[in-house]
Amino acid sequence: MAETPSPKSPIPSAETLYVQTPSQTVGPFFHYALPYEAGPYLASERTEGEHITIEGRVTDGDGRPVDDALIEIWQANAHGRYNHPEDDQDKPLDEDFGGFGRVPTDEQGMYRFYTVKPGAVPGLHNEMQAPHINICILARGVLKRMATRLYFADEAEMNRVDPVLNLVPEERRSTLIAERLEGSTVYRLDISLQGENETVFFHI
Amino acid sequence: MSQPLPYLREQTAGQPNYLHPDYRSTVKRSPSQPLLVIPHTLSEVTGPVYGHSRIGPLDADLTRQHEGEPLGERIVVSGRVLDENGRPVPNTLVEVWQCNAAGRYIHARDQHPAPLDPNFTGAGRVVTDENGEYRFITIKPGAYPWKNHHNAWRPAHIHFSLLGPSFITRLVTQMYFPGDPLFAFDPIFNSVTDPKAAARMISRFDMESTVPEWALGYKFDIVLRGREATPMED
Repeated sequence: MAETPSPKSPIPSAETLYVQTPSQTVGPFFHYALPYEAGPYLASERTEGEHITIEGRVTDGDGRPVDDALIEIWQANAHGRYNHPEDDQDKPLDEDFGGFGRVPTDEQGMYRFYTVKPGAVPGLHNEMQAPHINICILARGVLKRMATRLYFADEAEMNRVDPVLNLVPEERRSTLIAERLEGSTVYRLDISLQGENETVFFHI
Repeated sequence: MSQPLPYLREQTAGQPNYLHPDYRSTVKRSPSQPLLVIPHTLSEVTGPVYGHSRIGPLDADLTRQHEGEPLGERIVVSGRVLDENGRPVPNTLVEVWQCNAAGRYIHARDQHPAPLDPNFTGAGRVVTDENGEYRFITIKPGAYPWKNHHNAWRPAHIHFSLLGPSFITRLVTQMYFPGDPLFAFDPIFNSVTDPKAAARMISRFDMESTVPEWALGYKFDIVLRGREATPMED
């Protein structure tokens, strides 16, 4: 059989530039592809630490629930260690805890994860950070991942000296602090994409 | 504890803004306050690490997930995942989803009058190999209408979701096909205002990966965020 002919004119190749590929929206149709059964369940019965639920409502600039967002979280285990090769702290790993969760918001714009309260992890220059959970928000109408953090209201001492919270103007800090619902192990943090009480989002 | 090696800050010129009014859904879903620049601590430079074990053998072949073969033009989509230093990103999860050849998603919210294909779901997953390479077999997605404006049509695209090695490297994007006449009219594609940057979302036809008598090949390389400096290697 004859060889494949050479192209008649040189095909222009895309410029090789090592710059991050542009981000695009996750769109409204990700539900059959990205969520997975274990997504909301970070902790099993064997996972060490205080078992908690974190939940909240995602709303838009009109205060309407965002019912087609995808929320992902990433956190350290109860000892304050991330299950990741770059975390070489002298703290135990928990083989029953990965630290990643992913869940779509429901019709009311609610997300909910079943996890453990993370321990504190160091910041730069060996200062400590208050316990926190890293949050990534994707949605129709959101062209780039939005990043924020969840802190815990009952860690007031540590929150006061947390190096990231201290970068946040004081009047907006409450948008990052989850309140513990009385008599429960549920922490609630609503996320406002825009407008009144707009959540503080990070450039990372 | 050693100091985490920071990542390069995002080159915002090559990225969309959150607010792109032509894409109407951004108007009420984009932050009005500037983002707060935070340091790259252990929380940012770590991230979920996935193993191969969760990926099934059929996850990379979207044409073999049902009893019969889906209708449409069979294609091979492959490429490399690199960082901004040009180094391959091995062992990272790549998830894709798309509509069928008629332009219809299997999703309940897609009600436009095009047929579903009982032999096509349109979702796949693969983990990059040690050279950062990935490969999917699928069918070419169709264009489809949406309600953003009068006579609005999305150019054919495949959604890509990547985790990369850290919380910072998380990327969701869309892969387009070369020469699509709808580019000029699509506010999502055009949310990337720098044409050179937008071109990086367009796959290229590739004779090398085209399989004779079987399927056309398209190449799509993806670049994730990279480190500020190369770490010393012993």
